[in-house]
Amino acid sequence: MITYIGRRFLWIIPVLFTVSVITFFLMHAVPGGPWDREKHLPQGTQDRLNAQYGLDQPIYVQYIRWAGAFIQGDLGPSYRFQDRRVNDIVADGIWTTVQLGVMAFLLAVAVGIPLGIFAALGHNRAPDYLATSISIIGIATPVFVLGILMIVFFSVQLKWFPTGGWKGPQYWVLPTIALAGFPIAIIARYTRASMLEVTRKDYIRTAQSKGLSDQAVVSRHMIRNALIPVVTILGPTLAFLVTGSFIIERIFGIPGIGQYYITAIGTRDYSLLMAMTMLYAFAVAFLNVVVDVLYAYIDPRIRYS
Amino acid sequence: MVSAEEGVSAADAPTIVELSSDDVLRARSEAVAQAGLGRKADHLLEVRNLSTHFFTPDGVVQAVDDVSFDVGYGETLGLVGESGCGKSVSALSIARLVPDPPGRIVSGSILFDGIDLLKLSPEDMRKLRGKEIGFIFQDPLTSLNPTLTIGYQIGEAIREHMGLSTKAARDRIVELLAKVGIPRPADRLNDYPFQFSGGMRQRVMIAIALSCDPKLILADEPTTALDVTIQAQILELIQRLSSEFGTAVLLITHDLGIAAGMCDRVNVMYAGRIVETGSVDTLFERPRMPYAWGLLDSLPRIDDVRGEKLRTIEGLPPLLISPPKACRFGPRCPYIRDVCREGEPELTARGSDGHMARCFATESDGWIA
Amino acid sequence: MATNTTVVPAGLAKPKAAAGPWREAFGRLVRNKLAVVGLVLVLLLLFCGIFGPIIAPWPYQQQDLQAIFANGNRPLPPFSPNHILGTDALGRDLLSRLLDGARISVTVAFVVQFVIIFIGVPVGAFSGWFGGRTDNFMMRLTDVFYAFPDLLFIILLSVAFRETAFGQALDGLLLVFVAIGLVGWVTVARLTRGQMLALKETEFVEAAKAIGVSDRKIVTHHLLPNGMGPIIVAVTLGVPVAILAEATLAYIGIGVQPPRASWGSLIADGQKYIRSEPHLVLFPAIFIALALIGFTFLGDGLRDALDPKLKGKQ
Repeated sequence: MITYIGRRFLWIIPVLFTVSVITFFLMHAVPGGPWDREKHLPQGTQDRLNAQYGLDQPIYVQYIRWAGAFIQGDLGPSYRFQDRRVNDIVADGIWTTVQLGVMAFLLAVAVGIPLGIFAALGHNRAPDYLATSISIIGIATPVFVLGILMIVFFSVQLKWFPTGGWKGPQYWVLPTIALAGFPIAIIARYTRASMLEVTRKDYIRTAQSKGLSDQAVVSRHMIRNALIPVVTILGPTLAFLVTGSFIIERIFGIPGIGQYYITAIGTRDYSLLMAMTMLYAFAVAFLNVVVDVLYAYIDPRIRYS
Repeated sequence: MVSAEEGVSAADAPTIVELSSDDVLRARSEAVAQAGLGRKADHLLEVRNLSTHFFTPDGVVQAVDDVSFDVGYGETLGLVGESGCGKSVSALSIARLVPDPPGRIVSGSILFDGIDLLKLSPEDMRKLRGKEIGFIFQDPLTSLNPTLTIGYQIGEAIREHMGLSTKAARDRIVELLAKVGIPRPADRLNDYPFQFSGGMRQRVMIAIALSCDPKLILADEPTTALDVTIQAQILELIQRLSSEFGTAVLLITHDLGIAAGMCDRVNVMYAGRIVETGSVDTLFERPRMPYAWGLLDSLPRIDDVRGEKLRTIEGLPPLLISPPKACRFGPRCPYIRDVCREGEPELTARGSDGHMARCFATESDGWIA
Repeated sequence: MATNTTVVPAGLAKPKAAAGPWREAFGRLVRNKLAVVGLVLVLLLLFCGIFGPIIAPWPYQQQDLQAIFANGNRPLPPFSPNHILGTDALGRDLLSRLLDGARISVTVAFVVQFVIIFIGVPVGAFSGWFGGRTDNFMMRLTDVFYAFPDLLFIILLSVAFRETAFGQALDGLLLVFVAIGLVGWVTVARLTRGQMLALKETEFVEAAKAIGVSDRKIVTHHLLPNGMGPIIVAVTLGVPVAILAEATLAYIGIGVQPPRASWGSLIADGQKYIRSEPHLVLFPAIFIALALIGFTFLGDGLRDALDPKLKGKQ
């Protein structure tokens, strides 16, 4: 078991390496450079800047320089914000983004799983229709539409919550719900399907034959076993939260690191772009491994083999 | 080659070699007598006119159709028949475990120690299940929860019904495991089902069924999913334990050999109905129904000639969605006559010791002597 | 002692003739109400996508400036004369633009899934069939793609090649297809591999090998037809993912170039008018919702209908 965990974590390294190579070369494939802005800089200035930042070197040299610095924790200078280093920019915004993601995740799990269980237990009756309808809304509404609608309705119309920013708990509500909408739907659907499948299993009948109460059968036998497969979709859910967060940050004007991503591509801020991609890729890879390990742990058949 | 027109004597039906030993017989009759003490009715289980139907999009499947039988205290009754004849559904009906939807017990009564199970509230039925009525299911691999330890699963009924302290419950579980023949029981309490072999898992199932000392065990094909060598062990275990505790057993099987070796009396089911019933000796020595003859005849024998075709009963059982108002075995019966197509025979006596059969041909005024 | 021999039956009870498995599955599908709703929505979408330009009242890029001026320089509301769903700020008919968006979504849906099948199925089948080191390598490759946050990768690709000829093809759509397809093939590859692994060990494959059927034939004639079910379901359920991805990209301004009217870009455009002319956001949102719901219900229905556990039962 320990070797399994260790191996899975070690695999992150080559994966991240490949991601970095692909991103680096793609990035430099984009025509233009970091100096292309509204104000056209004279060629001489551009050449001087390029030399200063090492951008006149062959690509693989540039990559090696970047990788070397990266491994030591130096994320490089920002090309856009010339007086700041990427490390500082990231440090400013990352905790906000993480906080948003964690809150949305907890909300998704706390609402999605009970919703799915509720739907399965009331299969083909009112609870099922209700819960499934909520799921359908979550699936059918893209994250940006949900964000916009929430702002219009709860913020502008009802004035219950502020429209943007991140200055206190009341700022957290709408973005978290908007981000969690889709994951809630997916988790609920998956939980429901898993529960329905478990209901058909023979060991449920054995449990009933012991004269256990319905509640005991459901909680001890059904829910436990139904939740195990649900763990497998937590991985893709986390990946969604990672990518969805920067859309939400943009709509709600949240000062996390997501807002920098799209602009960084536009302004060819290479260091910032690399840093952000690596960060996101690491988060996704790491969380996927955590989920896999969790799954192996809670299923005794895997744990003991 | 014998034709249907000539008089056919029941002496043509093949005989069966005795399979039970004297010791077991003696122990069993003692246990039966013991079990009968303090009993509240003539029989532990009296099933009367039980009908269980399944309501499907294609029609109503009458899986169990007006079935009646008794199980005496401490007795082992066999319910024998081919797949789909309704034997499993009968057992599930007794325990009221028929999945609803789409199934439902539509009529009849099931008297357990004098109490009509079908009139009980679900709550009261639940108290009986697991405590007085134990169930052994067919496939121990899928019938045990893979994510809970076997110690926990055996203890569930104990904790639910017997109110023992944790220590007392644990002791009882270890004792049960030892009784069913699991070596080093105390060490294996925290093991999971996948860590056991098939035969061991079935022993665990038996332990679960026996955990609260039930009066009746419903065993649904307990050995079908096991290797042949293990089958004998498990059957012997069930027999020994039921003798020891005086537990009545309703043994469901499609295997005639098992029925012959384990049961005191046997019911033969076909197409949702009981078509013959009697003590195991009588039934296997002198069956009085062509279906029973066909079943016994189809068993391969050691003195069969090599190269000859295996003997079968041609055809298939009728669909149970709209069963014909005629003898249900008729289309497959070599002795069929017009009266068989016009109406269904009743279960009538053959001889005096409770042997009954459902066949016009073998009645006293029938055409088979 | 004479034994009774086998007997000639006098009238058998005939079992219902078993229909083919595909026929049965189709029967189950149409009995499922939600699946039928999904199918209807999908067909509607296909219709709009294919016949959009013909049935649209206006060309999607044409500006009805006259009407705009007459309305005080504001977008027209629904039920205006000549513009049943209203117009946008530039006077372009909303219904026509929505139909163009349907065209884009349909193209995205099908082309992307085609790319995914084209890459994913062979990779998965290859990997599952040969096993061993090939399998291992393929799986590690899929791990890399899995680790890439998809939207990021798509954005990167889109922006990287935006200026190239490839990027300009089909109003920027080709780039979007390829990008979305490149991140999406992984699931289908894994699924195909799983199916291959499961079916490889079955007895009918052993039998085919024993007769000497070639590997390639085994894969194409036996394994693929039997394993197709979950793949079909995955592809159907992958369509909402693709449509959503394209809409999100269009919303941020990447992918389809104006004046093409992807639903996502319609929402981005309409955002600033949401208080006064909410129909500019609501109608595209409704269209997106219907498309997503349609494919999701259909995919669910297909999954239930093709479930091997239900084959042959009620």
